[in-house]
Amino acid sequence: MIEGLVFYLFAAITVASGVMVVSSRNPVYSVLWLILAFFNAAGLFLLLGAEFLAMVLVIVYVGAVAVLFLFVVMLLDINYLRLREGFMQYLPVGALIGLILVVELLMVYGGWKFADDAPLSVASRTPDPTAISNTDALGRLLYTDYAFLFQAAGLVLLVAMVGTIMLTHRTRTGVRKQVIAKQNARTKESSVEIVKVTSGGGI
Amino acid sequence: MELPNLAPALPELLIVASAIILLLIGVFKKENAGGGITALGIIALALTALLVVSGPSERTETFGGMFVVDGFAVFTKLLVLLASAVTLAMSRHWLRAEGLDHPEYPVLVLFATLGMMLMISANNFMSLYLGLELQSLALYVLAASQRDSGRATEAGLKYFVLGSLASGMLLYGASLVYGFSGTTGFDALAKALANEAPVGVTVGMVFILAGLAFKISAAPFHMWAPDVYEGAPTPVTAFFAVAPKIAAFALLLRVLTGPFGSMVEQWSQVIVFISVASMVVGGFAAIVQTNIKRLMAYSSIGHVGYALIGLAAGGPDGVRAVLIYLAIYLAMNAGAFAVILSMRQKERSLENIDDLAGLSKTHPMMALSLAIFMWSMAGIPPFAGFWSKWMVFSAAIDKGMIALSIIGVLTSVVSAFYYLRIIKVMYFDEPGEGLDRSISAPVGLVMGLATLAVLLFNLVPAGLFSSASAAAASLFGG
Repeated sequence: MIEGLVFYLFAAITVASGVMVVSSRNPVYSVLWLILAFFNAAGLFLLLGAEFLAMVLVIVYVGAVAVLFLFVVMLLDINYLRLREGFMQYLPVGALIGLILVVELLMVYGGWKFADDAPLSVASRTPDPTAISNTDALGRLLYTDYAFLFQAAGLVLLVAMVGTIMLTHRTRTGVRKQVIAKQNARTKESSVEIVKVTSGGGI
Repeated sequence: MELPNLAPALPELLIVASAIILLLIGVFKKENAGGGITALGIIALALTALLVVSGPSERTETFGGMFVVDGFAVFTKLLVLLASAVTLAMSRHWLRAEGLDHPEYPVLVLFATLGMMLMISANNFMSLYLGLELQSLALYVLAASQRDSGRATEAGLKYFVLGSLASGMLLYGASLVYGFSGTTGFDALAKALANEAPVGVTVGMVFILAGLAFKISAAPFHMWAPDVYEGAPTPVTAFFAVAPKIAAFALLLRVLTGPFGSMVEQWSQVIVFISVASMVVGGFAAIVQTNIKRLMAYSSIGHVGYALIGLAAGGPDGVRAVLIYLAIYLAMNAGAFAVILSMRQKERSLENIDDLAGLSKTHPMMALSLAIFMWSMAGIPPFAGFWSKWMVFSAAIDKGMIALSIIGVLTSVVSAFYYLRIIKVMYFDEPGEGLDRSISAPVGLVMGLATLAVLLFNLVPAGLFSSASAAAASLFGG
């Protein structure tokens, strides 16, 4: 009873804030609504008993990704009104394609079937939640069963990093950098010159 | 837990290790070390090829069945490694002249090659996707690597946006298939789909096909190819034209004969349509091109169409025809791009077909090589390109696909027009200012070897034929 109520509360707020993300005029508000959606999604995960995913969602998505979005939105000077120009013009075509896709999806849904072995093969990956904690279960999946995929994903990220640096890094000339060794190597003789100034003569 | 068997993945491990080491050398040296990184990259690719050859020859799976090595994987991996090594060898001279000789270039080529090898060995939709993304991401960056050029940046961005869309379609299709069967492994999927395939799975398979057709730039998913080929730096275009296509083709063959092997009726009509559309687009759209890189893009779209005929024919014979087609395509394209890379005048690179005017008088050897490649691409005997087309057409006719073969022959005649036009420009037009005399040694070497390969193919085809047959047979559990 209580669980059902909480579920509908979280779910309704998630959907509503999702709508606000795409409909609010100010992009900063969109990001804030997005954060609300993340929090509620984390609540839904908790209800499912996936406490690790809930915490990761809050830490990674709210703590890092959303803040990054906020930075980008605030730093980039994007004219959102200009982005929306022509929206009405493309709306009919987009709506038509969307409609066709929805009809097709309904047809797929209508003819949907599961393979006989499907529940078995799904279950073989899901350990008993009462036997081990779900951090443990996820860890086993990621680092034992799917270690190969995990490493490959790591390589994808490495390529992304190399690519970003290659496309944006410029070596600037004329930058004055602090070189501590040089500073320490300075002596009184190399930097100070004592000049006798005769009165009225100047240097 | 015991460690997974790493032996089948040794080539991949070597290439990862060498890419990371070369990256570190590049970071500390801050330059290409006089071509040292490129040279080491080529050596790494050669060693990887040795490991591929010496690896297991019968079908071996590892990493919980997600990674497979068989005769098919060995054959296509060797083609990909050869294509990557050839591009690396050809590109340095051009890149240095344009001020693009960054140490990241060979490293990214290595990572892209790694992604292709993972694609070829994928035995699960998850490993397939990660390999594909690793390859694509490296290619996006390479396309945009000439960052002072507006065209290259546009090419990179366009490739990135459309490529992401294609990946999204592929993932969506894979999710539908997973939704039906509850598994992403190819072997388990083949078992689950053997008896029944409801409409949802067919839709999912078509989405997957669309995503893969984008990666091989088959019509109607070819729109990105001409712009990207034109905008990207020429060595990168040379890379795009061969290695990723071979890898994506290998993927397509493995997916369609493996998990979807029992759904031949559903996918063969899609493949036939894509094949006809690609041949027509490649044949007609290329006629009006003036830029040789755009022309090569349309030409590659057409060749993809011909190779798909082999796939549409299906069976070990069809797959063998596709593999031989890809091998010959590799030789023709490497050679043609070696000539395009040498089209320089007063330290500027030229890209127009008219710039080749009178090449026979200024550079007779280069003109002869390009003429041989063009004859071969047009499919005129006795050059290699004729045999590759003959193989796919005969595979199709054996399966009773007469109409498809006739369309293939007709578009082949249309495409002969623009291939022969290049020869006409080289031999019968008055020379303009003429190209620079100097051709870098690796480019000349590639040009010469490719010419020999295309010219003498029909003298020694037995080795290629038998290894391609073995590779094709291994895909069908032989």
